[in-house]
Amino acid sequence: MIFEYAPAPESRSVVDLKPSYGLFVDGEFVDPADGGGFKSVNPASEEVLAEIAEAGSADVDRAVRAARTAYEKVWGPMPGRDRAKYLFRIARIIQERSRELAVLESLDNGKPIRESRDVDLPLVAAHFFYYAGWADKLPYAGFGPNPRPLGVAAQVIPWNFPLLMLAWKIAPALAAGNTVVLKPAETTPLTALLFAEICQQAELPAGVVNIVTGAGDTGRALVEHPGVDKVAFTGSTEVGKAIARSVAGTGKKVTLELGGKAANIVFDDAPVDQAVEGIVNGIFFNQGHVCCAGSRLLVQESVAEQVLESLKRRMALLRVGDPLDKNTDIGAINSAAQLARIRELSAAGEAEGAERWSPPCELPERGFWFAPTIFTGVTQAHRIAREEIFGPVLSVLTFRTPAEAVEKANNTPYGLSAGIWTDKGSRILWMADRLRAGVVWANTFNKFDPTSPFGGYKESGYGREGGRHGLEGYLGV
Amino acid sequence: MSERVAVRKTYKLFIGGKFPRSESGRSYLVQSANVSLASRKDARDAVVAARAAVKGWAGATAYNRGQILYRVAEMLEGRREQFVALGVPADEVDAAIDRWVWYAGWSDKLPQVYGGANPVAGPYFNLSAPEPTGVVAVVAPEAPALLGLVSVIAPAIVTGNTVVVAASPTQPLASVTLAEVLATSDLPGGVVNVLTGAITETVPTLAAHLDVNAIDLTGVGDASLATELEVRAAENLKRVIRPAPADHDWYADPGLTRMTTLLETKTVWHPKGV
Repeated sequence: MIFEYAPAPESRSVVDLKPSYGLFVDGEFVDPADGGGFKSVNPASEEVLAEIAEAGSADVDRAVRAARTAYEKVWGPMPGRDRAKYLFRIARIIQERSRELAVLESLDNGKPIRESRDVDLPLVAAHFFYYAGWADKLPYAGFGPNPRPLGVAAQVIPWNFPLLMLAWKIAPALAAGNTVVLKPAETTPLTALLFAEICQQAELPAGVVNIVTGAGDTGRALVEHPGVDKVAFTGSTEVGKAIARSVAGTGKKVTLELGGKAANIVFDDAPVDQAVEGIVNGIFFNQGHVCCAGSRLLVQESVAEQVLESLKRRMALLRVGDPLDKNTDIGAINSAAQLARIRELSAAGEAEGAERWSPPCELPERGFWFAPTIFTGVTQAHRIAREEIFGPVLSVLTFRTPAEAVEKANNTPYGLSAGIWTDKGSRILWMADRLRAGVVWANTFNKFDPTSPFGGYKESGYGREGGRHGLEGYLGV
Repeated sequence: MSERVAVRKTYKLFIGGKFPRSESGRSYLVQSANVSLASRKDARDAVVAARAAVKGWAGATAYNRGQILYRVAEMLEGRREQFVALGVPADEVDAAIDRWVWYAGWSDKLPQVYGGANPVAGPYFNLSAPEPTGVVAVVAPEAPALLGLVSVIAPAIVTGNTVVVAASPTQPLASVTLAEVLATSDLPGGVVNVLTGAITETVPTLAAHLDVNAIDLTGVGDASLATELEVRAAENLKRVIRPAPADHDWYADPGLTRMTTLLETKTVWHPKGV
């Protein structure tokens, strides 16, 4: 007997969208100098959500100067105890307004409400709460007796976890005594702008947090501004390299959290049902728009057939559709451009000889959608095994020995994360020692916590965010 | 009775535990000696040797690495007069010896100081630990020739990295002599590789090399060269230590950042349950 799901949509009435938003500079919303703007759309319906101001270099300059003044006059001299209280206030307001923020995040980003409500928002609040407590304890953080803030931090964040990435950037920066100018991604600026309102509500001193909206040019103007002391970027490896070049010869401290092509390694003794849940979570969480997604499944040859059969059965149960429906597992692809990239790489997978499979899956007519997809018969030379797809597309490879699994897992310029599924403890530790990745999930995947450092090896970037380690990038030590 | 004719030393490169001449066959006259003028090919050979040494050195126990660094201090103590004869001030030699001892002790302590358990909000074991980044290219400071050199090599290798170091071009004799100390200290071949010659010739190759994980520009005095090298290093996102200020005090407490910049933090999660 099959029970059909009834729609269970979350109400969007909790969100009060304005028709247009300005830049948040020096504690106020202001119009950009040249009056430019763009639209933010709901990727699930292509409906325009709001008009967003586009910051030019004059606006960026204004924001950096506001941040500098706030750093020198207010935030830098303020005792850590008081900085902490502002961060605790922000954490509390986020908890109080979490439903509103979660709905807005799903509207603007396309992610399922179940994830924005149960993953993103709790982590955002927890991040502010965690770093708030550090603000008056910095000399105990283990970076020497006299840790000092750097000054003004330029922060550029991606569209996959808009508010969570904002929290990862702003919370440690402010706790350490810096002020910030943050640029959200052009497709997902709305929760950052609501966060600006939260800063006002918390009576955070003007200029401590500035939000400049815009696309690549705005980000470049911010990162290259001579008045910033710190650059923190999360996004593509390509842009990360351009930033590393642009800061050469300056005194700017840099943290880069970039792309990934994580191996999720399943051994023959792994409990299959748990491993399959982990594989699904690893690649289909957040539509696969996750830099640490387990996008390469390495399965031991002897159990490959069994694991794939079980994986396909599980994938057929995934519900793709309205992000605001509480039953939805996979929401909308964030933008037309990202959808085009996923389609292009998937087509390359077929053209290069891998076998493509998706469960029967009805996609909405409007909006940007991509069915959960796996490729089997993938070799290490295939583009879908080497390039970050950043979508719900899994490449399946096989291995025979642990040594071969390590070789294949490490055969990538990236090194952000990895997964291991086995019942044998000594094998987990042996593998974990050899995997060149910043986060290793054993018998679990895609777990995050404010106390746990996150960041990559090799071309996945440098520096860590989260935990005690996350303070170091914002301190002169 | 005629005075004894001294036996002079040939100053060569140090690559993979051996002392080859430059493959280019060139040398340059400095400190009254003909010193090998390393080529770009020598730099690439040194990277190959350094890469080959990573697995064994990074995989050695911290206790073992600490013992070997302490052994370097012992060997250097025994050759104290030799460095003084090269013109290195005695107090600088002493400071260099003490620096090896200081870093030797960090091998099995830094992972405790810099890593640790993270109290995540859930039923998970969660541990962060530092690991070596891999092969590090190092530009040693022009001066002090010995203390400066030791102060850039020791923090890189104590945690398990291997290095290719471009020695001070104007005072290279201390670096070649230090290589002789390293060669007799149980340090596996390839962990430290020393190139003498012109920085402008070898270091751009190292900065652009895709099998080098990090670059320490401490000894690059020319700001525009330092910028060019950092731009080259961005191609594979090398970890970068920027040039030291000209007035850097090499006798001061070095702190941890020389070590930590050349480390990767790995965090491992595992569920708890029965």
